Amino acid sequence: MLAQGLTITISVLIASAFFGYLFAFIAGLCRLSKNVILRKFTGFYVEIFRGTSLIVQLFWLYYAVPMLFGIELGSNWWVGVIAIALNYGAYMSEIVRGSILAVAKGQTEAATALNMSRFQRMRLVIFPQAVRMMLPEFGNYLIQMLKATSLVSLIGMHDILYYGDILRSSNLSQAPTVYLLVLVFYFILALPLIFLTRKMEDISKKGVASQ
Amino acid sequence: MNIWSWDVFADAFLVIVQGLGITLGLTIACYLFALIFGFFWTFLRRIPFKPLHWVITWIMEFIRSTPPLVQLFFIFYAWPMVPVVGMTLDPFTSAILGLGIHFSTYIGEVYRSGIDGVDKGQWEAARALNFSTRQKWTKIILPQAIPPTIPMLGNYLIIMFKEVPLASTIGVAGILHMANSYGAQYWTYLEPLTIVAILFLVMSYPSALLINKLEKKMNRRFDKKEALNSSKGATA
Repeated sequence: MLAQGLTITISVLIASAFFGYLFAFIAGLCRLSKNVILRKFTGFYVEIFRGTSLIVQLFWLYYAVPMLFGIELGSNWWVGVIAIALNYGAYMSEIVRGSILAVAKGQTEAATALNMSRFQRMRLVIFPQAVRMMLPEFGNYLIQMLKATSLVSLIGMHDILYYGDILRSSNLSQAPTVYLLVLVFYFILALPLIFLTRKMEDISKKGVASQ
Repeated sequence: MNIWSWDVFADAFLVIVQGLGITLGLTIACYLFALIFGFFWTFLRRIPFKPLHWVITWIMEFIRSTPPLVQLFFIFYAWPMVPVVGMTLDPFTSAILGLGIHFSTYIGEVYRSGIDGVDKGQWEAARALNFSTRQKWTKIILPQAIPPTIPMLGNYLIIMFKEVPLASTIGVAGILHMANSYGAQYWTYLEPLTIVAILFLVMSYPSALLINKLEKKMNRRFDKKEALNSSKGATA
C-alpha cells in the first residue's frame, strides 16, 4: 500500500529538483549580474526564502496565494513542487554564486587576455570549473529535497507518508511497523542519492590542482 | 471579497505572538538536546571496534537521510505502541526528541570535523605529558576542537529554528499552529500565515548576519594561526 505513494514522492522529487536547480542557476547568476535592480531583486528573493521555513512557505502558497491573487497554482502537486523548488533554489543559488566566485581570479584574467567576451569567459572558462565545485553540495541538497517531499502530505498529496498515516489510523497498534516501513522506504530512496553525492565528491576532487 | 485587512492582521498578530514563546522554547530545547546528544554520536563512533563503528555510521546516515516529519510522527504516534520501552509522550517532549535526535546526527558530524582538525602533535603531547584520557579530552582536545565549530553550530541553531514549525503537525502550539487554527476559525489564512513568515524572517535574518560575521572573525583568527604554524614549519 505504501508503494502507491512512491509515484507521488518520486515525481515531486524529480520535478522540484529540476526546477530547484534551474532557479538556483538563474538566481545565482543574477546575483552576480552588473544590473543593480536584478541583483537586489534576486537578493531579496533568496533572503526571503532562506529566512522562512519551507513548511510556512508551503502553507502560504497553498492557503494564502489563492486568497491574495485569486489564482489557483494548478494542482496541489504544483504547489508542492513550486514551494520546494523555490526554497531549495534559494539555498542552492548561494552555492552557485559562491562557486563562481571561488574560481581563481587568474582564470578570468587569462580569459580576458585571450580576448574572450564576458559571455564566452563565463561559458567556456569559469562555469565548467564552478559546476565541479557545486556538485557535492548539489548532491546533499538532493537528499534534503527528498526529505522535504514528505511535507506535501500535509497539503493532501497522496505520497508515502500519506498512506502511512492512513494505515496507522486504520490499525493503531501497527503504528511502529508502519512508520518504520515509511522510514525504510525513504532511506531506500535516499541510498542512491547518498552514493551519488559521494561520487560527485570524488569527481569534484579529481584533477584539481592541490593548493 | 476583501483581500487584505489590517484589522485581521492586528487581531491575528496578538493571537499568534502567544505561540512565540513555545516556538523559541522548543528551538532552544531541541538545540540543547542536539548539542548534548551530538557528543554521544561522536564518541560512540570513536570506539575502536569496527562493526560497532560501521553500525553507528549507518544509523546516523539513516536518521539523517529520512524526513524529520516522519521521525516526529514515529515518536509521537508509534512510540506509545512499541512493546516494553514504549510510553506516551506529550507533543512538546516528542518534538524535542524527534527534532533533537535528527539534528544531533548533524551536530555529531560538526564535532567530528572539529576533533579531526586538532593537530596530531596535540594528541602526542597529551600522551607525552602522561595525561589521563579524561584530562586529554577536557584539557587539550575539546578546548581546541570546539571553538572553530561555533559558527557552524550557530548555523544549525538557525536551521533548527526553521524546522521547529514541523512540530505544529503533532499539535505543539507554536506560531504556525496558532496561525493555522486562527485561519481555520475565521477562514482567512492570508494574514496569519504572512505574520508567521514575517516573524521567522525578522528573527532568522539578523541571526544569520550575526553568524556570518562570527564566521569571518573566526576564519581570520584561525587563518592567522595556520599561517603562523606554516611559517614555523618552513624555518625548522
